[in-house]
Amino acid sequence: MNYIFYFLIALSIIYAILTGRTEELSKGMFDSVNLAVKIAFSLIGIMAFWLGLMRVAEKSGMVKIIAKLISPITRILFKDIPADNPANTNIALSLTANALGLTNAATPIGLKVMQELQEINKDKKSASNAMCMFLGMNTAGFQIIPATVIAILAGCGAKNPADIILPTLIVTTFAFIIAIITAKIFEQFWRPQNNGGLNNAE
Amino acid sequence: MLNKISTLILPLLILIILTWGMVKKQPVYENFIDGAKDGFDVAIKIIPYLVAIIFAVTLFRASGLLEFITAPIASITANIGMPADVLPVVLTRPLSGSAALGLFSELASRLNPDSYTVKLAAIIVGSSETTFYVLSVYFGSVGITKFRYALLTGLIADAAGIIAAVAAARFFF
Repeated sequence: MNYIFYFLIALSIIYAILTGRTEELSKGMFDSVNLAVKIAFSLIGIMAFWLGLMRVAEKSGMVKIIAKLISPITRILFKDIPADNPANTNIALSLTANALGLTNAATPIGLKVMQELQEINKDKKSASNAMCMFLGMNTAGFQIIPATVIAILAGCGAKNPADIILPTLIVTTFAFIIAIITAKIFEQFWRPQNNGGLNNAE
Repeated sequence: MLNKISTLILPLLILIILTWGMVKKQPVYENFIDGAKDGFDVAIKIIPYLVAIIFAVTLFRASGLLEFITAPIASITANIGMPADVLPVVLTRPLSGSAALGLFSELASRLNPDSYTVKLAAIIVGSSETTFYVLSVYFGSVGITKFRYALLTGLIADAAGIIAAVAAARFFF
């Protein structure tokens, strides 16, 4: 990020000097900094509202109920994990929290899942099939309501910011399914893990 | 009709969540306030990131450098429904969430927020995750150094999402 930040600015300034566009440049500079604060302020209302609502869902046990509903599906996808392992529940919990946009709740649960998966991993240096599946589902970023994006659209004066909900939901579901299929295919064909020189031979 | 569904999802979700909270005899008001405080913090915490990104990107665009670089690619991507303005968002999304959000905000405030370009960018930002960041944090936390097919899986899903986003944006807007 340091390099991207530096080179983006340095190259732009040099290019502007060479092409004589320094006037546009200095005008844009101050506007841009103010714009950043303006956008953040327009975010406050919707972010507060959304996280408030999500806290209600979390405390009433709704997140856990949804997690229970999807756990039969995750059981099929993660067949390497023993049935009594807590990772099963936590995977469902983490996916649910992510889907609801509860990033703050999802990350600690997700990290816990990784620890639990690492305990049953035969090569501690390389990713197990279960880990790849879990993170594949995670990076696909399935989300029911893209609250932040809606907040920005609303802040910029869009007529109906909520009209992106359905298309976004369709796209995110599609990407999520593709991630699962891709991980399943790779599971068959990718070079299996070795024991990584560890003693826990099977 | 389809837009009607979009506008129905959110109110229904609100109704269900609050009703369920009441059924479970939860202090819904206090819980709401508690969570809303977090929302306030999130919005304030991203200000420094937004300032940095929007500043850098504005210079990048105002200097003419962005146009210089994206012009050759843009003529190709524009044909498949991907305007040049969306390219920076697409390229940044897997790397940094706040940067992509900054780019998207800049786009939405500069162009018409109801335009095809802005809606497409919105769908892309809203439907994906910061693949590289997630992998490095999650694998890093347990000391995994060989990612095997995890990165490829994430990137394939991202690519599929971008193609689907273009299709969805063309269909809906």
